[in-house]
Amino acid sequence: MKHLLDTHDLSIDDIVNILDVADRMAEVNRRQVPKVPALKGKTIATVFFEDSTRTRLSFETAARRLSADVLTFLASSSSVNKGESLRDTIETLSAMGVQAFVVRHKSSGVPLQLSQWTDASVINAGDGWHQHPTQGLLDAYTITREFGTPTSLAGRTVAIVGDIKHSRVARSNIDLFTRLGARVVLVAPPSLLPSHVETWPVDVRSTMDDVIDNVDVVYLLRMQLERMQSASIPNLAEYTRLYALTPERAAVLQDHALLMHPGPMNRGVEITVDPADVAGSRILQQVTNGVSIRMAVLFTLLGGDSVSSLTAGGEA
Amino acid sequence: MSQSLLLQNVTVVNPDAVFVSDVLIQNGRVSAIGNGLTGDIVVNGSGLYASSGFVDLHTHLREPGKEEAETIESGSRAAALGGYTAVVAMPNTDPAQDNVATVAFVREQGIKAGLCEVLPSGCITVGRLGESLAPFDQLAKVGVTLCTDDGNGVQSESLMQQALVAAKKLNITMAQHCEVSEMTIGAAMHDGECCSHLGVPGWPAEAEVQMVLRDIELVRRTGGRLHLLHLSTAESVALVRDAKKEGLPITAEVTPHHLSLQDTLLKSFNPIFKVNPPLRTPRDIEALKEGLADGTIDAVATDHAPHAGHTKEQPLDVAPPGMLGLETALAVVNTAVTLDVQKLAALMSWNPARIARLESHQGRPLAVGEPANIAVWDTTSVWTVQKDALASKSKNTPYHGMAVRGRVHHTIFNGELVVHEGKALK
Repeated sequence: MKHLLDTHDLSIDDIVNILDVADRMAEVNRRQVPKVPALKGKTIATVFFEDSTRTRLSFETAARRLSADVLTFLASSSSVNKGESLRDTIETLSAMGVQAFVVRHKSSGVPLQLSQWTDASVINAGDGWHQHPTQGLLDAYTITREFGTPTSLAGRTVAIVGDIKHSRVARSNIDLFTRLGARVVLVAPPSLLPSHVETWPVDVRSTMDDVIDNVDVVYLLRMQLERMQSASIPNLAEYTRLYALTPERAAVLQDHALLMHPGPMNRGVEITVDPADVAGSRILQQVTNGVSIRMAVLFTLLGGDSVSSLTAGGEA
Repeated sequence: MSQSLLLQNVTVVNPDAVFVSDVLIQNGRVSAIGNGLTGDIVVNGSGLYASSGFVDLHTHLREPGKEEAETIESGSRAAALGGYTAVVAMPNTDPAQDNVATVAFVREQGIKAGLCEVLPSGCITVGRLGESLAPFDQLAKVGVTLCTDDGNGVQSESLMQQALVAAKKLNITMAQHCEVSEMTIGAAMHDGECCSHLGVPGWPAEAEVQMVLRDIELVRRTGGRLHLLHLSTAESVALVRDAKKEGLPITAEVTPHHLSLQDTLLKSFNPIFKVNPPLRTPRDIEALKEGLADGTIDAVATDHAPHAGHTKEQPLDVAPPGMLGLETALAVVNTAVTLDVQKLAALMSWNPARIARLESHQGRPLAVGEPANIAVWDTTSVWTVQKDALASKSKNTPYHGMAVRGRVHHTIFNGELVVHEGKALK
């Protein structure tokens, strides 16, 4: 595997392997000195054409724990704002000697486009409405580990709630969850469902109350407040009434059900209950797992010398 | 007397007959047709078809304004290599062809290049802004026969109605780019299953269909002549079929790419496949082919749209739409659709010549005394498109590396051999 651009490029074996490696990374992360020399001498550039401090910090933390050197490229402070082309940007950074690019862009497809102009690995850290593969992997990791079924989600039902149409997280998660055997139910107002949703491997329900008491996972998406302006939803109060996780709805969740959210949360919009009050909330665990998954992805793509480099431990 | 040019043993494709003969050309006209003729310059036409030169209703030459993408000279050369002896230059130049001076400039640059006839179109609205009508009477006086805001549809129904009223009075044609713009904001590919999975803002078929529907009604009201540019959807074809049955003065074109390429190519996120209207589905492609076969669609038009290389190295939703077409049109159409040679000549030459009102000297049968605008081609040569081998200044062909069938060998413009054995002579 050279790049991680789209979950669809991963075979089931690839997925299971990354989740396995993430277990080892989680073990590293629990050490007193959570750092291994696995990617010593490698340079990883985070290239964020769109701001996402959390995702960037998660990748950079992952890279540093593997002892890679990290370059940070933020479009807001770069020549991209002076009209530099994608190709020129990536070729310039490649010339500095970079083994992997972690790319975030507001336009779908940019990581794939960039991969044709560099010999380095390209990792998609979120592109437009298209894909966010490491989010999908960390979510699959979180759920499989919680339920103790490391290679499968068979028999589980995951409800993904919110703005599916504009969500790269939903596209990655739906692909990974369904291929691992889960049933996925989308819960969204019609205007926030993608066109041709009937061709997706999912069921669709129109209110949270249709599903809340019989799912294994409630996965809330962040409601993009700017969608309000484009009139995709009638109004926020209506959205909250039909689609938010309220204390009342949280109360009817099954005992084992998990609450997940990719962050950052809009409290009072898609979630009105305090997640701290929901026993099944794994929202912070997702963040922790995110570092392990990103370590696993970097390690897998950059061919960390060997698994033994993970057990060496300590500062190299 | 100029040197004579002899096409020897060529298969002449005329509307009334297809026959093997020699064709002698002298002083810009066909001077003799028959066997055993002699000439000063002899071109062997064995196994090749000779028809009237192709006429492209839809060419973006980019000059004035975007000369880094194409010039009238480089575009004319691409046209000649594609077998075209006339192209209608789209008016989305900078400045736009909404005034006599710009129209005259484009025409003169075409004459200077001398590779094919360049017929400037005019705009429908000033600056193509959709706010006020262009000065049609002045444009018509300097030879404009077709007006369009191509790249933009005329959104205002009342303006389009007035334009069609003027079209009738001045005996010109309004050519509509059918796109309801508020339905395609940010759109980068056909709104279908593929687009839905890729998470790309979708370009719904309805955005085209709605304007086709509206404009048919406007023709019904006004009697003005309407040409529909680059039809791309099955529903549009059905609407035009019915409108023609009704006898309305409507013509329509299809591009080679809408006959040959489908939306799933955008899985590559390569902006080389981004075009307006977008590549559609196999169902649409089949309907367009049926439209060609039954005469609903009158012409193949290239929508040749050169773009400088770096502009296609932007994100898919940012990169400009458009692809090259002139040098590959015959081959792509011949590869995608099974058509007899007379039908092919009708779609590439005879019909578009009439729509552009060039029928006095373009799209003519090969007969003694006729102006010698001739394409010599075959339908069997297989070749691989190489973008760097194209004469166009830009290289944005979606067919790079693809094998196609059918080739233009020679082009004769105004009696002059401008392309010989696939090479431009000037």
